[in-house]
Amino acid sequence: MTALLIRDLRLAMRAGGGFGLGLGFFLILAVLVPLGVGPDTGTLALIAPGILWVGALLACLLSLDRLFALDHEDGSLDLLATSPIPLEGVVAVKALAHWLTTGLPLALAAPVLGILLNLPGPAFAPLMLSLLLGTPALSVIGAFGAALTVGLKRGGLLMSLLVLPLYVPTLVFGAQAVSRAAQGLDGSTALLLTAGITAGSAALLPFAAAFALRINLR
Amino acid sequence: MVWLGGVRRFGYAGFMELRVTDLACARGGLPLIEGLSFAVASGEALVLRGPNGSGKTTLLRTLAGLQPALKGEITCPPEEMAYAAHADGLKSTLTVAENLSFWAEIHGQRDITGALEAMNLTDLAGRQAQHLSAGQKRRLGLARLLVTGRWLWVLDEPTVSLDAASVALFAGVVRDHLAAGGAALLATHIDLGLPEARVLDLAPYRAELPPDLGFDEAFL
Repeated sequence: MTALLIRDLRLAMRAGGGFGLGLGFFLILAVLVPLGVGPDTGTLALIAPGILWVGALLACLLSLDRLFALDHEDGSLDLLATSPIPLEGVVAVKALAHWLTTGLPLALAAPVLGILLNLPGPAFAPLMLSLLLGTPALSVIGAFGAALTVGLKRGGLLMSLLVLPLYVPTLVFGAQAVSRAAQGLDGSTALLLTAGITAGSAALLPFAAAFALRINLR
Repeated sequence: MVWLGGVRRFGYAGFMELRVTDLACARGGLPLIEGLSFAVASGEALVLRGPNGSGKTTLLRTLAGLQPALKGEITCPPEEMAYAAHADGLKSTLTVAENLSFWAEIHGQRDITGALEAMNLTDLAGRQAQHLSAGQKRRLGLARLLVTGRWLWVLDEPTVSLDAASVALFAGVVRDHLAAGGAALLATHIDLGLPEARVLDLAPYRAELPPDLGFDEAFL
């Protein structure tokens, strides 16, 4: 399992691995929004939590279709399915590697981009915390979507359509936690719900994804 | 055979056998093979022959546990087979050594020097897989078999894009594997240079298509 994690991280870091893809997208979005919306700091502060969360979500989505598709194309997925590692473990490790290369850098970069969007001071800690708690769910749910569409040529569009509705609860609670904190209210309920979604999907979806993979490998 | 680490140095433990009884398998919902029975034991190689589309790949994928059989019995669990198909499962941005060590670690092995030497890849160890020729990639894909530590090799067209010297090299590796108590099941069109291997022609086991085939069957 560790070998698979190290391989996936190494592949992401090498040229063409897509490590900077999500982060770059997130950065561009946060830079462009103030230019498009205008320099009114009040408006920016109001929409900043939502923009940052939507940006993180779309950035996660961007690199998802490669999660199993590349391994399927070069035959690694067949070989992993016949290896001693259970397919559920393969899914969990690949989702973890996806989070380490996408969700974690996004959560770490978010406070910097919060400054660009004039995010109110008390919201910075909840922003980082909600992204740290919420983005693992995005990776795991995305792994499930990627597993469902793995055999399809150009399955990216179908995968986005399948995955986006499942992303909604995470987005709602994650963004809610940040915007409540920005208004000086207590956002801990929304944070707990975000964490709950992550825990639930991390516990259940690897099994569903492994089942989908087995069917798609036939 | 010292080069292959613990498993191969002492051979595989005991006598083992793959026995297939009355097997039927399908591709895309259409039955391809039925009534197939054969056995391969330790030290034996069985070559599968048959025209394109006769179900060689389907049979091997069924044996490797990648798809369910329609009916019939397979005595050997997929966990004891090392499967190698047309795609080698290589990552183009990783080096030869990194690719091979990955598969070795997945199968709980550490030492890849023996496998590199056996497939004549030692000089290429530091090169990225994307800079290899098709034949070199194939040799790397076959070297993976040596690091799985499994006794039964299930090989789908293992010699594609190999030159004559590499085919002979590979035949030698298979022979060593058999001598150590392993077994091999090969689907191939060319002569491997393994005169001791038995040949099984799949043509007589071709499944009759049922005339009233349900339309949605093809999507299962």
